[in-house]
This record gives sequence, C-alpha cells and structure tokens, in this order.
Amino acid sequence: MFTKKQEKSKNVAKERLKLVLVHDRADLSPRFLEMIKTDIVKVISQYAEIDEAEIDIKMTKMKKDGNSSPVSALVANIPIVKVKEKKK
Amino acid sequence: MDNEKMGTAIVVTSGKGGVGKTTTSANLGTGLAMLGYSVVVLDADIGLRNLDVVMGLENRIVYDIVDVVEKNCRLKQALIKDKRHEKLFLLPAAQTKDKTAVKPEQMVELVNELKKNYDYIIIDSPAGIEQGFQYSIAGADRAVIVTTPEISAVRDADRVIGILEAKELHDPTLIINRIRTDMVKRGDMMSIDDILDILAIDLLGIVPDDESIVISTNKGEPVVMDDKAISGKAYRNIVRRITGEEVELLNLEANDESKFSKVLKLIFGK
Repeated sequence: MFTKKQEKSKNVAKERLKLVLVHDRADLSPRFLEMIKTDIVKVISQYAEIDEAEIDIKMTKMKKDGNSSPVSALVANIPIVKVKEKKK
Repeated sequence: MDNEKMGTAIVVTSGKGGVGKTTTSANLGTGLAMLGYSVVVLDADIGLRNLDVVMGLENRIVYDIVDVVEKNCRLKQALIKDKRHEKLFLLPAAQTKDKTAVKPEQMVELVNELKKNYDYIIIDSPAGIEQGFQYSIAGADRAVIVTTPEISAVRDADRVIGILEAKELHDPTLIINRIRTDMVKRGDMMSIDDILDILAIDLLGIVPDDESIVISTNKGEPVVMDDKAISGKAYRNIVRRITGEEVELLNLEANDESKFSKVLKLIFGK
C-alpha cells in the first residue's frame, strides 16, 4: 500500500484516518472482529481455499444510493486461492 | 397561537476544540440577521464563555443562561441585543458555573421557548462529547459540524456524526474550515472531496484560512459583515444555504488567475 515513493502527505493522512476510523466506527473491539473473521474463514474454507494472511475484515460507513444518511457495513475482503471440489 | 413563530434551532458542534465553532456560530447568527431574520445565538459552553467576545458584546452581560434556567431572571432579561443588528441577540454562557448547571430537559425547554419568538437559534456547543455537548444538542433541530482539514479534527467530526445519529439528530451538514488552497494544491492538505469521501455527509460550505478572521475577531465584529474578506463571502454563502437557497460553492481561486484554475476546479469538485 505504501510502496509508492514520496507519497503526498495528504494521502498518508487519508490512509491513516481511514484506518483509525474503522475502529472508531465499529463499536466492535478488534477481538470481536477477530472472532467474526475466524468463523467466516471456517465457513468459506469448506468451499474454497482462501489466503488467510490477506483477509481484511472491517466495519465501515457507506452512503447508499438514494439515501442521504450513511449506514454501517461490515466489509470483508477474502481472497480465494482455489475453489474446492464439491464433496459428495 | 397566532403570533408565535416556529423557529429552527441549529447546533454548531465539532468534537475537537479550536476548529472554529464559536467563530462559525457568531458568523452564522450575524449573517442570518443581516438577511433580516430574527436570531438568538446561544453560548452553550458554560465555564468557557467566548461567544460574547467574538461578537463584541462582552461588556453588556448582566445575566446568563444559568440565571435563566435557575429562574433568577426572565429569558428576555438575559438576552443581549447586538450592537449592529436589531434582530440579533446573544444568550451568554455562565462563566463561573460548570457544565452540570444545565440539564438536557432544561435546554429543550429553553430552546423551545426561544423558537416561539425567533426565526433561528444558533447554539454554540462546547468541545468534547460529554455533558456540555449532550445538553447543547438536546434542543436542536439540525446540526452543523465544523471541521478543519486535519486528521484529528476529521476523526472527531466522525465521532460526533455517529453520536448525533444515535441521538436521532439526523443528516448533519459539514463546514470545512481553514482550507489552504496552496497546501491542497501541492498535496499537503486533504481536499474537500477527500474529507467528504471519508465523512459521507453533505457539505454546507467551505471557509478558507483567512487573516481577516483573526482581525475581525480582534475587533469583535464577525467577518461575515466584511464585504472584502473572502471568508466573509464564504460565511454569507453558508448562511444563504441554511435558509434553503442554492448557492454555488465558493471558488477559493477567484483571485488567482493562474492557468491551473481548471485543474483546481477538478480538485475542489462540485
């Protein structure tokens, strides 16, 4: 994420702010998110092989189309390495 | 009742201190009065009274908000008439009491009473999210959040937006204060779009970082009255938007005849 050299300081600010807000907004403790993550991994692992190191789960706020007040959302980014064969 | 108005109470809040809440309150109140509305600016920062000095009315205070809620005086007696505008009044905070002196229910009652007689009640909230903040938002119909393009201010604004939502004070609007175009231009300050992107609320207006504000505060004359100041123009635009008018976003590059203006329009969006 920060591989670019000479990043503009406002971009650094924005990234740091986004990260800190994820936790501020979540009223969920990091531990709680960790528990959700473990369970999601368990379920998805039954169907696909996932890259556990790259999993990103966070709380965020987003604006829905046609609705002016932002809503909270749980955003999960789970990279799938390979879909498993269906078990019989 | 026949002659009763139904005014609108707007709380100006931010979470973080020092972002310009009091200056904003003074300018919104004065600006609305300049348009002919009757206005009360209410200083809810008990213990750290300041709206009086920003408005240049510090020498006229006799009673304050705590006197009103404790019924030491009538509401009308505590209202200080502005020097320059007939229909503008200040309800000062108490300086010697603390923030427990007013309860949310008392604030609701007070604001409702004011709404019957004035078009707008501008409530200058104290910094923080504790008691003082809680009662300052209690009687409000709308909230205006002031922030600056700094991580700490935006973070606190986000926190306040969450609390307001939880308190059923929906759809607050945002004023981004102290923008420095030169810094935004070189990528060393978050832009309007950056901040809106993060906070996901509607923009009420932008105010550039402007020496005229310091000068006007020194004199106790809100900058909104200064025709020449760019920040004065910014506040006049904001005030018109509050009354429901659609006003284009202030072009902070108006005096800058550089070739970059097209690019800057892109940066500043809208």
